[in-house]
Amino acid sequence: MQDTPPATPADRLARATPPTLARKVRGLSDRSIAWIFVAPTILLLLAINIFPLIWTIRLSFTNFRANRPNEPLEWVGLRNYERILTDPDVWQTMQATAHFLFWTLFFQVLLGFALAWLINRKFRGNDLMTTLIVLPMMLSPAVVGNFWTFLYQPQIGLINYAVEFVTGIPASSFTMLGSVSLAPWAIVIVDTWMWTPFVMLICLAGLRSIPDYIYEAAEIDRASKWRQFWTMTVPMVLPFLMLAVLFRGIENFKMFDLVVLLTGGGPGDTTLLSSIELKREAFEKWRTGYSSAYAIILFVTVFGLASIYVKALNKVKER
Amino acid sequence: MSAYSATEPSAASKWVAGTLVTLYMVITLLPLAWIISTGFKTGPDSISYPPKVIFSPSIEGYVNLFTDRTRATPEQLATMPPPENFVDEIVQRRGEVITGPSRFGERFLNSVIIGFGSTFLSIFLGTLAAYAFSRFKVPLKDDLLFFILSTRMMPPIAVAIPIFLMYRELGLSDTHLGMILLYTGVNISLAVWLLKGFIDEIPREYEEAALIDGYTRFQAFRKVVLPQAATGIASTAIFCLIFAWNEYAFAVLLTSGTAQTAPPFIPTIIGVGGQDWPAVAAGATLFLLPVMIFTILLRKHLLRGITFGAVRK
Repeated sequence: MQDTPPATPADRLARATPPTLARKVRGLSDRSIAWIFVAPTILLLLAINIFPLIWTIRLSFTNFRANRPNEPLEWVGLRNYERILTDPDVWQTMQATAHFLFWTLFFQVLLGFALAWLINRKFRGNDLMTTLIVLPMMLSPAVVGNFWTFLYQPQIGLINYAVEFVTGIPASSFTMLGSVSLAPWAIVIVDTWMWTPFVMLICLAGLRSIPDYIYEAAEIDRASKWRQFWTMTVPMVLPFLMLAVLFRGIENFKMFDLVVLLTGGGPGDTTLLSSIELKREAFEKWRTGYSSAYAIILFVTVFGLASIYVKALNKVKER
Repeated sequence: MSAYSATEPSAASKWVAGTLVTLYMVITLLPLAWIISTGFKTGPDSISYPPKVIFSPSIEGYVNLFTDRTRATPEQLATMPPPENFVDEIVQRRGEVITGPSRFGERFLNSVIIGFGSTFLSIFLGTLAAYAFSRFKVPLKDDLLFFILSTRMMPPIAVAIPIFLMYRELGLSDTHLGMILLYTGVNISLAVWLLKGFIDEIPREYEEAALIDGYTRFQAFRKVVLPQAATGIASTAIFCLIFAWNEYAFAVLLTSGTAQTAPPFIPTIIGVGGQDWPAVAAGATLFLLPVMIFTILLRKHLLRGITFGAVRK
């Protein structure tokens, strides 16, 4: 360390007995430094996250409309919550969200784990390939989602062409984003394309954390490869896999940008995820009070599910 | 390693794994290759069927991206002076004249200003907080850290409702400052968690030695800890930058003109009869390339960044 001052014994002696005044000016106590360092971050979070959250809770009990701020504010109690929870349309968006959540997690875990397992064979060039495979997940979901609408075009798109090329189904006979039955899968495909590398990276870290000697011991005990895989590899990667699922689960529950640019919630309401529905209520119909209640319900749901999940994750880790 | 090892995969299994992963890589990179190549196609080439893999490259897409144009009749074109440069020539050949620069440049610049501004602020505040959390006894430390993380669980649209109202009151709607503060508020949790991990890894002995040598706590932080944490700070900064760069939900709801960033703008690039795909692809290429380069630079710390420091390699 070149920054350390030269410390001859004389220097040290001189510094060990500084004038009392100098000491006062120079050194703030650790405690005050800790507060000075943490305070700005906490203040910013209070301003950008907590204050808005409290405001949302307050608004959720009113009939406030942001496009008519001067109308008299009426307290409606829990009526917004009641209306949301009994609205069949809301339950339909929840279903669309659940479909999206389940299948994206399913495919991403399957593909991500398989890829990690293959990459862990340590073939030549695996580092370079990992870096290239990871690229999609770092890109802007909005820009990428917009471009996928081009790939999904029925007449000219690459995807439809590829489907025709492989299966012989005419490319112009189906529209991935325009069909009620295909659109929910079209968004699952794009999300899986984007986020499989995320699960892969975390699984790879899990696989690499397993020490070699465990396998050597199993080999001596003549455990079959199959058995080794299920009794050693899978349990040891499981905490990592669960962590990946937690992150993806939270993100996809909040999913907005990618899907809004792919389908905008359509056709019909088949891909209307809850965040997109929330955006419509809040910024197109301007039902601010109602959508605030909706926002709180979503937040409580994701927070509750995540807390339960983290408990389960910690149990798995302890084993 | 010995000649035979239970853990070294056989040559055959390596070959199979390598082939399968290569196959996945080719398929997964195809859309990206398609974005980049479409940027260099002409309008008709971009929508030809079957899709053209081999085509004569053109910079029409980039010209369209950066200019606003209008149609001109042949008579009007005949009265115009001959094209001064290749850009005019491309445009006039299609019967159009350039009316001025497009908004893409401004939007891109907004992305740069807001991205770098919020990254700088997140890193500045985050480093201080992370150091305090790493080295001192902060009351309710674990609760505060969890609180910082939980702010990430809010759906962005849910946060956007009150932020929209708040910014309207404060006059921060559609301003660079407003967006910088907002993105800092979102990024700070990532910055604190990642940086705390990096600072935890620096041995305390270095600072203690500096303190004994007469440094104040603050000097020790600045001259000993910061240089040691430089790599961690740099990679955290890149993660914050990428988030702010890619963000769409807040940008589309809270900005419309002055402070609009590129992600809400690129999908609105329209040509005659629908989206102008070569121009969209050109914009996407320019927008995505920096992130691709950063990802390759970051590859060693990637895992840490995406898991908030929960998984370290």
